[in-house]
Amino acid sequence: MTKTVSTPRPTEILRFNTCGSVDDGKSTLIGRLLYDSKSLMEDQLEALERSADITGGGQVNLANLTDGLRAEREQGITIDVAYRYFATPRRKFIIADTPGHIQYTRNMVTGASAANLSIVLVDARLGVIEQSRRHTYLASLLRIPHLVVAVNKMDLVGWSEARFNEIRAEFEKFLPRLDIKDVKFIPISALNGDNVVDASVHTPWYPGPTLLHHLETVHIGSDWNLNGLRLPVQWVNRPNNPTDPRLHDFRGFSGQIAGGIVRPGQKVMVLPGGQVTTVKEIWTYDGPVAEAFCPQSITLLLDDDIDVSRGNMIIGQNHLPGSSSELIANVCWMHQRPLVAGKKYWLKHTTHTVQVAVTALNHRLDISTFETLPAPAELALNDIGEIRLRTASPIFFDGYETNRLTGSFILIEQGTHATVAAGMLLPPREVVRPDATDFVI
Amino acid sequence: MSDYHLDHLQYLETEAIHVMREVAGEFERPALLFSGGKDSICLLRLAEKAFRPSDLPLPLLNVDTGHHFPELNTFRDARAKELGAKLIIRRVEDAIAAGFATPAPGEVSRNRLQIPTLLAAIEEFRFDCCIGGARRDEEKARAKERFFSFRDSFGQWDPKNQRPEIWNLYNGRLNPGENMRVFPLSNWTEQDVWEYIRREQLAVPSIYFSHRRTCVRRGGQWLPVNDIVPPKPNEDVRELVVRVRTIGDIISTGLVESPADSVDDIIVEIAAARVTERGSRADDKSSEAAMEDRKKAGYF
Repeated sequence: MTKTVSTPRPTEILRFNTCGSVDDGKSTLIGRLLYDSKSLMEDQLEALERSADITGGGQVNLANLTDGLRAEREQGITIDVAYRYFATPRRKFIIADTPGHIQYTRNMVTGASAANLSIVLVDARLGVIEQSRRHTYLASLLRIPHLVVAVNKMDLVGWSEARFNEIRAEFEKFLPRLDIKDVKFIPISALNGDNVVDASVHTPWYPGPTLLHHLETVHIGSDWNLNGLRLPVQWVNRPNNPTDPRLHDFRGFSGQIAGGIVRPGQKVMVLPGGQVTTVKEIWTYDGPVAEAFCPQSITLLLDDDIDVSRGNMIIGQNHLPGSSSELIANVCWMHQRPLVAGKKYWLKHTTHTVQVAVTALNHRLDISTFETLPAPAELALNDIGEIRLRTASPIFFDGYETNRLTGSFILIEQGTHATVAAGMLLPPREVVRPDATDFVI
Repeated sequence: MSDYHLDHLQYLETEAIHVMREVAGEFERPALLFSGGKDSICLLRLAEKAFRPSDLPLPLLNVDTGHHFPELNTFRDARAKELGAKLIIRRVEDAIAAGFATPAPGEVSRNRLQIPTLLAAIEEFRFDCCIGGARRDEEKARAKERFFSFRDSFGQWDPKNQRPEIWNLYNGRLNPGENMRVFPLSNWTEQDVWEYIRREQLAVPSIYFSHRRTCVRRGGQWLPVNDIVPPKPNEDVRELVVRVRTIGDIISTGLVESPADSVDDIIVEIAAARVTERGSRADDKSSEAAMEDRKKAGYF
């Protein structure tokens, strides 16, 4: 798409989020990563030292680097997801720092939905607490491919290998019930920097990598689904009164590919109409391309003049998506006003927004025990549960486990327009039937 | 790594194009804030990538403080013309004359007065969305900003009550009078911006490159000598070889002594830099929460 330029810079981005309870030392850990990897600038250090003189009795507090808002510094908590950026010669990192207090689910889901990796911080003195289970479960539910359990404050338990193994064993008791394939345990002290960037002299019994080394080398491969073309149409590109006569009939369908690969000459189907046509050209600002793949943003030109608008989806002929107006999904509830069955919302799925009614609450999940409680009366803020929905018209989707982009949605409250839930769809029971060929042109 | 791999600039580009097209799809009257600075130059290229071969489906808007570097305004006007884009300029001077922006006694800076000027422009044109070039790596309050940043009917940002943003699903729904600020460059760093300028071979205003200029020492930095706040007799005035790293008003933008006279040189310089970009902006230093306070009042 864009020409490749040789560059000494890292070319891969790893997105990760950190989660922990209020005093687990998340902000200190991020401060430590930035400080020890020399990603902090002199004026940031100066500001840090200034605030140490004023409020910290002279002790530099690395947490002040990330706790940015005045309200947070006053209360000593993190209000919202904060994003931090740093790079090493190996990789570029985007950190979502998610707080561990009551708004927890809402913030973690926001910070972690796009992450490749999740760091769960555990206080070595306290071991596995409800928050730890909650964080780990959410990482699993969101299908974050890699998990790091950073056992922090090891200095406060005398660098005890036995304590570290105990915590690890506690995790390993419930991990098999979750969907996380790659888990790494690392003993650290964020305050003193042990095993964060530099290996610790206190842990001769730990043969593994430091946290930063793991972040730099963990294989992230492709998180994107390359099977089954999905192009949710975002915007119809139709020049008004173009001066160039070649553009008189230009009618492009712009969007970000949400799955698969597309090539000129390929047969595609446009949903919901079901019309089948051929890709004429993949138009980009930098010229036509021979193929494009998820998650590139492109514009497709089609052979036939078909009525396509925002919210429609262009798909390939293999790995067909589900089609239904009856949906089952896991949702994280993100609003103070609880979800009750029967209420109507807006559902935004890919580029398509449709009215939806919640028809049933199947169960609520108790994240401390991983047990389900059937038929709850409501889902309150930070609850997770399985619900049934009926949309005003069918949507075209995949199970969240196969495609994060076409398997996810948000619910928007009518009236206030607040985003009230994040939803992850269960796999479809029936797929689009290509034999509905009445519409073929 | 497979062939189906995006490098970091391609990843940031596809994300930003997606955000821009969501704006075109979800809002009726969007505008793009274009100052002629390096970030908004990238925004314009991304808008071209999102919407060409059509005309840009949104006008460009700039709040002119009257304290801009003249080089910046020249560049702004030329670039808008080159793209065939509609450019709307609203001046702080006019807002003061019309009475909806009032300077405090002795207030010289136009920084705060940009806010009512911008809000008045939003009302005048009934813009429901303004795309801006802010990045999260610039400043601590920015680090908590969403891609789609909801503002109430007073233009205020409420950091405690932001809409959750999940996957690539943005909620652009508004009630009348409410407004959205959208930041497609949220995940970009200063380094990414310059690397993108290099990859796309984008022109930037001359003041980003090393040049000779008469400077005055104020508040621990070198500021350009200007007519608005002329040097006092006891001030240290020198001829230096400098460039700007970030552009604010001419009375508050610190100049860095630098020999960098090409984009390549600038990229090398930033990689080795030991202070942040905004370290040269007096407007952010006034207090630790300076940006937070301005954003709550409606600053972009």
